[in-house]
Amino acid sequence: MVKFTSDLKFMSEFQEERIHCYRVLDDCGQPVSDEFVQIDEETAMKMYKYMVTLQTMDTIFYEAQRQGRISFYVTAIGEEAINIASAAALHMDDLVFPQYREAGVLLWRGFTLQEFANQCFGNKYDNGKGRQMPIHYGSNKHNYFTVASTVATQVPHAVGAAYSLKMDRRDACTITYFGDGGSSTGDFHAALNFAAVMEAPVIFFCRNNGWAISTPVMDQFRSDGIVVRGQAYGVRSIRVDGNDALAVYNAVRVARKMAISECRPILIEAITYRAGHHSTSDDSSKYRPVEEIEWWRVARDPVTRFRKWIEREGWWSAPAESEIRNDIRKQVLHVIQNAEKVEKPNVGEIFTDVYDVPPSNLIDQEKSLRETIERHPQDYPPDFPTS
Amino acid sequence: MAAVTQGLGATAALSSANSEKFQLTTRRSLSGRKGRFFIFESNGNPRSGLNRQINRTRQFFTNAVATKPDSAAASTLSKHGHELLLFEALREGLEEEMDRDPYVCVMGEDVGHYGGSYKVTKGLADKYGDLRVLDTPIAENSFTGMAIGAAMTGLRPVVEGMNMGFLLLAFNQISNNCGMLHYTSGGQFKIPVVIRGPGGVGRQLGAEHSQRLESYFQSIPGIQMVACSTPYNAKGLMKAAIRSENPVILFEHVLLYNLKERIPDEEYVLNLEEAEMVRPGEHITILTYSRMRYHVMQAAKTLVNKGYDPEVIDIRSLKPFDLYTIGNSVKKTHRVVIVEECMRTGGIGASLTASINENFHDYLDAPIVCLSSQDVPTPYAASLEEWTVVQPAQIVAAVEQLCQ
Repeated sequence: MVKFTSDLKFMSEFQEERIHCYRVLDDCGQPVSDEFVQIDEETAMKMYKYMVTLQTMDTIFYEAQRQGRISFYVTAIGEEAINIASAAALHMDDLVFPQYREAGVLLWRGFTLQEFANQCFGNKYDNGKGRQMPIHYGSNKHNYFTVASTVATQVPHAVGAAYSLKMDRRDACTITYFGDGGSSTGDFHAALNFAAVMEAPVIFFCRNNGWAISTPVMDQFRSDGIVVRGQAYGVRSIRVDGNDALAVYNAVRVARKMAISECRPILIEAITYRAGHHSTSDDSSKYRPVEEIEWWRVARDPVTRFRKWIEREGWWSAPAESEIRNDIRKQVLHVIQNAEKVEKPNVGEIFTDVYDVPPSNLIDQEKSLRETIERHPQDYPPDFPTS
Repeated sequence: MAAVTQGLGATAALSSANSEKFQLTTRRSLSGRKGRFFIFESNGNPRSGLNRQINRTRQFFTNAVATKPDSAAASTLSKHGHELLLFEALREGLEEEMDRDPYVCVMGEDVGHYGGSYKVTKGLADKYGDLRVLDTPIAENSFTGMAIGAAMTGLRPVVEGMNMGFLLLAFNQISNNCGMLHYTSGGQFKIPVVIRGPGGVGRQLGAEHSQRLESYFQSIPGIQMVACSTPYNAKGLMKAAIRSENPVILFEHVLLYNLKERIPDEEYVLNLEEAEMVRPGEHITILTYSRMRYHVMQAAKTLVNKGYDPEVIDIRSLKPFDLYTIGNSVKKTHRVVIVEECMRTGGIGASLTASINENFHDYLDAPIVCLSSQDVPTPYAASLEEWTVVQPAQIVAAVEQLCQ
């Protein structure tokens, strides 16, 4: 019921106070209040181990790219809590529509280190059949939809999938991740609007990490972050401390329940910092101070913060820490070595899966290519798999 | 051919098609296809791109002047079948598929209770509910994206572009995701969407509502494109598109929705990759699709009176081309005219010309002639608009020139 007023007053472009940020643990891993839902040791330990694994995997794969062993890589350094804690709060039936900085979600779901390596090397064991760049993972088995390079195109996909779940009345939701930059796109806007109108069970998870390549949030939008946009579309929303694993876990857990039981979309804005470069094609020291990067990487590391909490709970210790890091490091190096040795997919895979069955023009094109390779073998690499 | 072209003369005006006379044209193509109804039903998979040769039960007409249609066939068909308009045929096809498979759903602007801008979805929301026939807000890129997401999760969405031209806004999703995700995911996720809507040059709809999107989409790998032109093929292609596991773009034409025809009562599904033999002939092959089919048939009437025997093929499948049917025709007549509504540059005609030249160069006695619209935005004024589109007189002139 809209009330009338005789006050010619414009709504301010800014609220008095910025929307509060939910957190459970302070920067030293100490709980800030007495009331929070305790998570059990098993879950907490699993979360911590996967956060360490993600961090280690990212570091080593990044080095591998620098050594020229893989062509490209994107790290999630600084966003380990977002990756693992949000995944931990979901169920396997929930469908994940990632942007590209959410490998941790797939890791949690059971994608093996070897499978990650296979995709990065684009070898014949890659379930994407060598068709996508590194880090463009996808696995229908894990309900993780293949990463596309296009920014925020996955956001409406998630809404469509939620619509499908709603039609089936499934006890599941969809979740989609995107960054502060992605929130500027037309697809983000329309997807939120649609989800609200359609009452679709989707969680919109925005990783506000401060940077869209070299564009700081100040140049990306002038609103109070992304959380305020939720209300503009009629979507319930919350801002959380993205570097606090417990806060992320709680928020996603509750959001999931609301999304499914009330059949509504939820927007979560997780405040964090992209401690690494945008990708291996970027050197962020060119546009932001090295001190800033270092500070976030060390003082605000989400993995350290969570570790302090589990140590305080008596579940973790320093020896355990070095043991696990060594162990994972060895595993990652091993899978990289393995993946590197495996041959690439067969040349025939250029032409399959464009359609369900190859049409005549593609059959012709494959024949033509194979004839060319046979006639000029010296122009093709000696280990080029043709059979 | 006399009986056939007589009927077609009446359709030239396009505003009202006499159903009886229309019956005469289609009966010929129907009798060739009768056996196929049951083949499609029994194996359930209408798509037989590689098995085409086996399924063909084609009759080739060798007479230049056609004999009167078989009266026995005529009488059986007039007892069966029902008459409807093209937009109703589309709806019938859509409804049958929605009955058959609960995963088929519709999304688009005003498709629900409004029934769609050309009434193709009229009544469906009442029957299947608001969720299965979904009204979307105005954001083509996003509701196409939604459909892609839904398709990857198991639904079979039929996306309606209120006008095909609006799908330019959906280009990112169609090109980068719809066409690509099956491939880039290594075959893990499939996208069985149908994207359909009215396009082409209408009557004074203005430049923005007179787009021919088949030109722009034809390069996208991973999608299929078909264009319907009669109630019979509209229904058959709609059903085939929905059943296909690949994303299919079905092009309808704004001016063809009110065409009336008698179509079979029995279920039938057409092959997405097949062209339609509209009028067999010996002297010259005229390839066309959608609305231009009618301009071609009108020109054909004139040409027959002048003593020519044109073979008219409605290519129907815009991607991929049915080079089997087209090739056989070229090998027979050695002369080709393509009549399309696309613009000269980069249209379907341009690709088809290249394709025929590449594959059937030896069989051509003359260069291929391609008649297209000019490279101009469609003007509003009726007289101007009329002359941006290929007219029958131009077709007649081109054939006469080519057959000298």
